Parts: sequence; C-alpha cells; structure tokens
Amino acid sequence: MVANRFAYGEELHKLFGENEKLFVVDADCIGGLNCKAIERDYPERFIECGISEQDQYSIAAGLASCGMTVFAATFAVFTTMRALDQIRNQICYNGFDVKCIGTHSGLETGFDGGTHQSVEDIAIMRALPNMRVLAPSTPNMTRKLTRLMADTYGPFYMRFGREGNVELYDENEQFHIGGSRLLREGKDVSLLACGRMTEYSLQAAELLYKEGIDARVVDMYSIKPVDTEAIKAAMEQTSLIFTIEDHNIIGGLGGAVCEYTAEACPARVVRIGIDDKFGRSGSAKDLYEKYGLNPVRIAEKVKRAFSK
Amino acid sequence: MPDVSKLKETAKQLRLDVLDMIYKAQTGHIGGSLSAADMVAALYFYKMKHDPKNPAWEDRDRFVLSKGHAAPVLYSALARSGYFELSELDRLRQVDSHLQGAPSPKTPGVDMSAGPLGQGLSAAVGMALAAKATNKNYNVYCMIGDGEMQEGQIWEAAMTAAKYKLENLILILDRNKVQMSGTNDEMMPIGDPGEKFESFGFHIIRIDGHCMEQVTAALDEATETGCGKPVAIISETVKSKGISFMEGLAEWHGKAPNKGQYEIARAELERGLE
Repeated sequence: MVANRFAYGEELHKLFGENEKLFVVDADCIGGLNCKAIERDYPERFIECGISEQDQYSIAAGLASCGMTVFAATFAVFTTMRALDQIRNQICYNGFDVKCIGTHSGLETGFDGGTHQSVEDIAIMRALPNMRVLAPSTPNMTRKLTRLMADTYGPFYMRFGREGNVELYDENEQFHIGGSRLLREGKDVSLLACGRMTEYSLQAAELLYKEGIDARVVDMYSIKPVDTEAIKAAMEQTSLIFTIEDHNIIGGLGGAVCEYTAEACPARVVRIGIDDKFGRSGSAKDLYEKYGLNPVRIAEKVKRAFSK
Repeated sequence: MPDVSKLKETAKQLRLDVLDMIYKAQTGHIGGSLSAADMVAALYFYKMKHDPKNPAWEDRDRFVLSKGHAAPVLYSALARSGYFELSELDRLRQVDSHLQGAPSPKTPGVDMSAGPLGQGLSAAVGMALAAKATNKNYNVYCMIGDGEMQEGQIWEAAMTAAKYKLENLILILDRNKVQMSGTNDEMMPIGDPGEKFESFGFHIIRIDGHCMEQVTAALDEATETGCGKPVAIISETVKSKGISFMEGLAEWHGKAPNKGQYEIARAELERGLE
C-alpha cells in the first residue's frame, strides 16, 4: 500500500517536469512528503526553510506574488495552526496561488500523540474566505487532486494521513472541485465519508449489509466547495445520512453537510468523527478503536441510529 | 546622482499628504508614516525600477511595507508616482475605496498585503528567491518597524535570507524607537538591531533616516555591495518626524489630529524639516 502523502510527492515531481512555475517550500518534511526527487532534480525551485512554518507560508506567498504556483506542506497541525495567520492574511486574503498541504492529519498520526493529531484542521481551513478544502481517500485520487490543484489558480488546503492507503480508483478516474464519487449504492442509509474513513465506510457497509441494512457510500473528497447535489441525493434516496471523518465532529465534513441540509433539505444527519476531544498516543489501529472510528465501530453506530 | 533637494521636497509632500489623509479620514497611523517618509520618497522617486503605467511589469523592483500601518505614506507615494488619482487619497479607509487600513494588492502598485506584523520580510524573501530562480535582476525592498522586530518570524526570515545569500533583498529598519503603547525599551528592548542582523548574516548600513544624502547613498550602497549577503539598512528615525508636538510620542502612533492640531501640524510641515 502507498500512503497518500507519498503519491502526492510522486505526482508533484511529475508536475515539476511539466510546469516551470512550480515551487516547493518545505519545512523539514522532505522525506515525509516524498519530495527528495524534487529537491534533487529541481534544486532552484525547492526552498528549504527549516523548522519555521510561518516563514514557510509567507515565503510561499511572496513567490506566488511573482507568478509562481507554490506547494507548501508540513504536518496538518502546523500548516493550519502554526501558520494560520500567514495563510489567512498573505495567501487567502490575496487569493494567491498557494497549495497548503497538511500531512499526518487526524488520529492516524498515531504514536506522536494529541499534540500532533489535527482534529480541527478542516474546520479552520473551511472558514477562510477564498480557501478550498480537499481530503483525498486514495493514492490515485491524491495524484489527480494534486494535478487539479496545480492547474487551478488560487489557494487550496489538502489533507491526508500518515499510513498507507488502499486503492479504490482506476488511474484514469477523473475528479473535480466540488465533486464526490458514489462508491456503493444502497437504499437505507447514506454514509458520506472522506479520507481514510471512505475505505472504512465501505467495510462498514459490508458489515451492515449482513445485518440487513443497505448502506450507500459516497466519497466526499471535496469538502469546500462541497457537493450539494450529492447531499441532496443522499437525502432523497435514503432516510438517514451519516458523515464519517477522522476529524472533530464540529466544523468538518459533518459541519459542511449539516450546513447544507439545515438550509436546503432538512434531513436527519448523524455526525461520526472525533467527539470534540483531543487525541492521544497509540497505534492508529488502537486509536480508531478507542475513538470509535474503525469499520466495526462505525457499523455499530450506524445500526444504533438507524434502529431508533 | 540623486537630486537631493527635489527628493526632500517630495518627502515633504508625502508628509503633507499623510497628514491630510489621516485628518480627513479621522483614522490612520501618523507616527510611523512620518518616520518612514524620507526613505519611501527615496525609494519611489529615486531608487526603485518601477512603471506606474505597468504595475505588473515583471522586472520591477518590489517594495513590501511590512509595517503595514504606515500605509498612508505608501499610498501618497503611489498616487504621486501616478498609480492612481491623487483624489483617491481622500477616501483612505472608506468603504468604497481600495485604500485599506493596511496595504493590499487591491491597490495598484501594491504587491503584498501587510498589517499583521512580522510577515513581510518572509514574503520579501519569497520574492527575492523568485527573482533568482527566474534569472531576473530586480531588487526587493522590505521596510519593517523596530517594534516589529519583537515578532519571532522576522528572525526565521533573516535566517532564510542569509542561507540563500539574497543580495537582492534590502531590509530597511525604520528605527523610530516607539511602538503603540510606549517606547521599544519600555515594551520589549530590542538591543542593537544592527548587531543582531549582522549576526544573522546581513551586511549592515547605518544611517540617519531623515538625512536624504545618507538615505540615497545607503540605497546605492545596498545594491552594489557585491558581498553576496542580504543587506539591512538601519535607518535611525523619529516617530512623527516633522510635527514637533507629535515627535517621539507613542500616543501619536495611531491617532488622528483634531482641527486645531491639524492646522499647527500643517504649518510646521509646510516650513519643512530643519
């Protein structure tokens, strides 16, 4: 299995060969984002500013003001919180062409513990005017969305986790900003998921099927803008919507879905995620069990809510 | 050779504009605008390569006003250069104006937003890196305040500038020694800024920032050091320079004068700097 963060660096290296306006500004995360080949092959467009994320994102803004397209990545906690002021005031405020990448997002970060697990990054980035937010589920999707960001002017935030990811998509699959992908038809409930939870929701749907609950699964990789047609379809075709994410239940995918349903198509939505808590040290597997985010626990929560 | 007497007149005009703008708007930062006026005049009317008819000219020199609250003096310089109509200065900070409280690229001639202190030097580093990577020979000027040196990001940027040997980056410290709530020494002493930047790998030039001969000479030295280092001009200035009852006082950091104060101030500025 390839981690999304490795697929990101691999695709970015290809893009560097195609587009001489691309820059990477790094903050001591070269290996973690698979950017060694970019540093080696394009040293003049690879800026290493050490452990200084505020400098990193402001430099990115400066480069973008000169017509460059800049990818700047670090741990999601640092991208979205240490450098928030810089992303807000120098990138989003000016609408500059900077792609802000958060790796090691969510509980999946594991052993490093709660300080390093971003449970609120989507909520923070989603609230910024001009910012678009993506959360890919698989390596092929990560490659496509990386390319899509490079080809689409303006600020983006993309988050992915630390561990390897299963592949759900053909390499020729197309994705778009504001899109989603229906992965499983079902008539009883809709599971709207993103990132790692897409894979887990598919597994949960298998478990639920055995229990007589037919779950529809949608990969909501574009969180802002969110695919409102997909939410509407979920509401029309099933009686209950679940949002599932490795993120606080406040302000993330669940928030985005509820904001739409509250105004446009009142529907019952159950938000599955981290229940407004910080993470802690542990293996990703143990943490997903403890916080109720593995396929078995997701299926239990869906069954319980559906039976009410 | 710089026409120093003409530049002095220009600086005087910028000061008058600053006073008029802030008086009319009854809002804006006068102290840090006036301390920076001579340097801004020398940049826009002597040193920088720029073209008001083509603000997006790729080879232009860049100026980042990291101490963004001094926006009025920048707006005056841009208007007087011809980037937009002088009459627009009357709409400083008003809802239908592009002249925001702190600079933004909404204003023709402004390349980088500023305001939240400490961020501009990093952005200037990015611009200087872009020049190097694209084999362009423009220079990037970045003005910071001395209170702004209290922001940690300044030192992150200083390290990066030295690491990448950005000799096309010229940092200008507007050393007026006063910040919003008091003097630097009262709030957070910053020691000898020249020594600090020197230890971070900068070439240092120390000047009286109100002496136009020294200002223009420093800018010329800055672009011709040949030392492969970023340059820091430590420009010793006086907060609210030119208006005696405001000079050196923190209370005039961000206050607008009333009618009586305005008239006295205008008369003093008209007489010019001693």
